[in-house]
Amino acid sequence: MTYDLSPLLLTFKLASVTTAILFSIGVPFAWWLANTRIRFKPAVEAMVSMPLVLPPSVLGFYLLLAFSPTHWFGQGLDRIAGIRLAFSFEGLVIASVISSFPFMVHPIQAAFQSLPHSLTDAARVLGKSNRQTFFRVLLPNIKPALLSGTVLAFAHTIGEFGVVLMIGGNLPNETRVASIAIYDEVESLNYAAANFYAGVLFVLSFLILLAVYFINRKKQNQMALHQGMPK
Amino acid sequence: MIQAHLKKRLHGVNGEFNLDVNFAVAEGELLALFGDSGVGKTTLLRCLAGLEMPEQGCLTVNNQTWFKSFHQKTIPFNLPPQQRHVGYMFQDYALFPNMTVRENLEFALRKGSDKKRVDELLAMMSLGELQHRKPETLSGGQKQRVALARALASEPQLLLLDEPFSALDDAMRSHLHDEVLRLQQHDGMTAIMVSHDVGEVYKLANRVMLMEAGQIVIQGSPAEVFSKGQTSGKFRFTGKILAIEAMDVLHALTVLVGNQIVRVVATGDEATLLHVGDSVLLVSKAFNPMVLKLEK
Repeated sequence: MTYDLSPLLLTFKLASVTTAILFSIGVPFAWWLANTRIRFKPAVEAMVSMPLVLPPSVLGFYLLLAFSPTHWFGQGLDRIAGIRLAFSFEGLVIASVISSFPFMVHPIQAAFQSLPHSLTDAARVLGKSNRQTFFRVLLPNIKPALLSGTVLAFAHTIGEFGVVLMIGGNLPNETRVASIAIYDEVESLNYAAANFYAGVLFVLSFLILLAVYFINRKKQNQMALHQGMPK
Repeated sequence: MIQAHLKKRLHGVNGEFNLDVNFAVAEGELLALFGDSGVGKTTLLRCLAGLEMPEQGCLTVNNQTWFKSFHQKTIPFNLPPQQRHVGYMFQDYALFPNMTVRENLEFALRKGSDKKRVDELLAMMSLGELQHRKPETLSGGQKQRVALARALASEPQLLLLDEPFSALDDAMRSHLHDEVLRLQQHDGMTAIMVSHDVGEVYKLANRVMLMEAGQIVIQGSPAEVFSKGQTSGKFRFTGKILAIEAMDVLHALTVLVGNQIVRVVATGDEATLLHVGDSVLLVSKAFNPMVLKLEK
């Protein structure tokens, strides 16, 4: 029996695009959040964390309203750029970026905050520009956090259901991702197909997380090995 | 030639106080900052490096203005640390964890410097064997040597050292004193060093400034500052009582002086006033000491 692979492919396309966007905006944002002293920082942090506690349907509902051709935002976007975000892949990407944002930002922000400030000071005294300091000193020292942020954001996007259902619907090859396909197949009592999609997601999620924990453990072992060496 | 007149408000353990210093350092001089913790020595070094901004005053180094506060008709100016070309050794070493010992030093080299300098410094600090190790695998004393080497790697015109020899054993400390002195004199570097070790200051510094609560209390040559009113025919040691034993009419005190444990006698009256853990001053006449030369 053959199954339609397009929902799975669409899911990984969505997760990859979303993660790539999140990485490029999440890393600088996390750095800013770790270093800023603005007064309304708690408000910014609360906004970033909102997707963790809000039901995905709430986020989906407001995005659906904003994307709709009758709303000024959706209307303006349609007129100026000819883009319609409701029930489209692009809309799903934007929604996923928002709902997975804390999963990328939190570990990276925590890592930036735990780096001693003297590392930045030392690089500046040695004549290094802010850019050199960021890419050669700060980023290489938070590699584990970059990995976990990336993996968590990717995995969370794969698992997205509520937001996608609200603003994406169920259009094959456009918005019908694996999690939606499972729901759809169950509704039409097609349990074998649902089982196929569910099994693939289950195994893949497990393998991704396993790889992360495996890499982290290997790093720790390497450190322990070095520290046990004679001085 | 450094001319500094700096003021800054500091938040210490005992409330707020003002760092307020006015001093000059001649070219090629090695100046020691001496004083208790929290009197503003590290802050002063950070202000000189440009990592912290004083609130008032001015700082000129070799006729170049590094800092000038807002004053009638002048706009404030603070030269960024990147352009000051100082070597700074941090108290917590601040070694880059992602780089090996060698890479830490290479990262510090100025554009166009000879990579041979890294090899020289590695040899001087006896770090050759450790050059491909990451900082997290090194002991405290080894890290301190790497930090010192890195501060010297950029061939700075001004060297700022925050307790540079504190984690080293005696033999390594003495060896590095000689090496740093040799390098500093050879390159004609001006250096300012924070130290808590009187012997070290005596050996290395041309001049010492004693600081208390953000102010310079005394400055002068180490001999002048440390023996002021203290040159006498007596030895004075401060120590801590480890044990008190009653013996017939007298008491035996076991006292820790520096790293040595000595036993001295005390009369019954004296002993009743003393308790284990008390700090005491031991005074003894120095009329017939034995002086023995130590072989190296």
